[in-house]
Amino acid sequence: MSTASSSFVLEVERLTVSFDGFKAVDNLSFYIEPNECRVIIGPNGAGKTTVLDLICGRTKATSGSVTFKGRELLSMREDQIVHAGVGRKFQTPSVYEDLTVFENLELSYPKGHGVFGALTFRRDQAVRDRVSEIAETIFLADQLDEKGAFLSHGQKQWLEIGMLLIQDPELLMLDEPVAGMSVAEREKTADLLKRIIEDRSVIVIEHDMGFVENIASRVTVLHQGKMLSEGSMERVKNDPKVVEVYLGH
Amino acid sequence: MNATSNRLFSPAEFVGLAVLAVIIFLILPTALDNFRLNLFGKYLTYAFVAIGLVLCWGAGGILSLGQGVFFGLGGYCMAMFLKLEASSPENTAIQSTPGIPDFMDWNQLTELPWWWEPFHSLTFTLIAVVAVPVAFAFVIGYAMFTRRVGGVYFAIITQSLAAILTILIIGQQGYTGGVNGITDLRTLNGWDIRTDSAKDTLYFVNGGLLFVCILLAQLIRKSKLGRILIAMRDQENRVRFSGYDVARFKMFVFCAGAGFAAVGGAMFTLQVGFMSPTLVGIVPSIEMVIFCAVGGRLSIMGAVYGALLVNLAKTTLSESFPELWLLGLGALFIGVVMAFPNGLAGLYAEQVQPRLASLWFRMRGTGKPEDAGRPAAPDLEVAE
Repeated sequence: MSTASSSFVLEVERLTVSFDGFKAVDNLSFYIEPNECRVIIGPNGAGKTTVLDLICGRTKATSGSVTFKGRELLSMREDQIVHAGVGRKFQTPSVYEDLTVFENLELSYPKGHGVFGALTFRRDQAVRDRVSEIAETIFLADQLDEKGAFLSHGQKQWLEIGMLLIQDPELLMLDEPVAGMSVAEREKTADLLKRIIEDRSVIVIEHDMGFVENIASRVTVLHQGKMLSEGSMERVKNDPKVVEVYLGH
Repeated sequence: MNATSNRLFSPAEFVGLAVLAVIIFLILPTALDNFRLNLFGKYLTYAFVAIGLVLCWGAGGILSLGQGVFFGLGGYCMAMFLKLEASSPENTAIQSTPGIPDFMDWNQLTELPWWWEPFHSLTFTLIAVVAVPVAFAFVIGYAMFTRRVGGVYFAIITQSLAAILTILIIGQQGYTGGVNGITDLRTLNGWDIRTDSAKDTLYFVNGGLLFVCILLAQLIRKSKLGRILIAMRDQENRVRFSGYDVARFKMFVFCAGAGFAAVGGAMFTLQVGFMSPTLVGIVPSIEMVIFCAVGGRLSIMGAVYGALLVNLAKTTLSESFPELWLLGLGALFIGVVMAFPNGLAGLYAEQVQPRLASLWFRMRGTGKPEDAGRPAAPDLEVAE
């Protein structure tokens, strides 16, 4: 087991969370390899978002374990999990509306995260360069001085992806990154995601099957908090259990 | 790009600061008699609290309805020193126990409580004025923010703290002076603070300290920490998942607000000559929030003007219509919240400043008025 455990970036084992007796995630285990792009699919209420919430510390697990590069995440605070190298994008775009795009990205730059570090933080050339570089990647180079509130829905999604990129996490978790986007934005985003998932592990929740087929290394299907099927898109698609609960209708 | 936000004060803010300095250090002292100037000095002590609230509430979104606690603690620390100096054995020879404050003697205390002893030292007192309220704020902040108590719950808890402290002070009459507070303060290290010249000096010291606090507040607001506060107010979770320990930032800004309030409280004691529980409780704490809201909770300068103007109105109106004043104050608060959520500073930025700017450009006949006259967005950059 020891050799197996070292080859995975993330190990989720027997993870369970129960809300007043209702098990939103029930004895779930899965493993993520380095540079893998795992897509989690499943019908509404399957517990997809809850799994991400549990990994990033937003929801406290009832039992089980989540190990990231050998470190147990379940006992850590959200900000400590971020510093360990796990980044999370939320389903609804959450950017700082009163701050500019530049400031949004700058806040996510991995420096000066303590109280006194933040007080003495200087906006030096390294910060400017990195922010410009990321802004270029997320198609917002011309909007650096724009307030977050004035961005379109798609641009906010990109900005939040950019805020994650600047953290340079080893494990990136994206919750429906193309939801609510126009067709053109969707294509651009798929392109963007393909580029940024290359050198890190990614967990994506997505409903758009074309998109999933396009990016997934492996697919995990959740149903009622339990693992229903796992494997390549091809295998999962032809799994009769999956067809019954999800793809069939 | 982004060059302006690196400067501590934008040109408009600098002008605002200069105007305030002229008002406080030139206009008021020349235009007012001694009595009125002292009154304005008292109003300005509330501006310290209002500045702290701009950071806590305006920027950080943490509404504290208990700032009177910190104002009071700072004021009481100062008053304890002054009271001990006024209670020398010669001055209190007629008491049954000479050398202790008169109210202790009236309450049958025969020796000074141990926690009063260090307040014989001026150095200790000056440190305690800031350290005691900040330490208290730290304990409250730690207990609340690490448990993620926020919003209206935090407001209610701070309000009850104000009530608790008042009850405690009133109940422990022998140790605190009770409902009368600590009165009959005379000298500071031998310097009589009751004379007109001393009051003038204290007014200027107060003004100087106020500018120090404005500078500190601006430093905080313009640092990355200031931007984190705004981010926290809007998207607390996102800040957490950008790798910040939100509780620590809230504790920091709450302690900073408490520290500012405490300096104001100590200056109140020095200028007015007493400190009492009526300045600690729920009503004064809410009034302090109103000063900040009327002036503009996003604007440091606005908060200073808010404290000045509301207090001026309070003195003027409560002299003529004592019963109506509280109703008027309530109406003012509701009016500000409903109609001008950014207070006087917001009103200035939206209405006055664009007109001033276009007038300026018309007089010069050059430039682009639409550039400078653009109404400022309702945010922290609201010009002051």
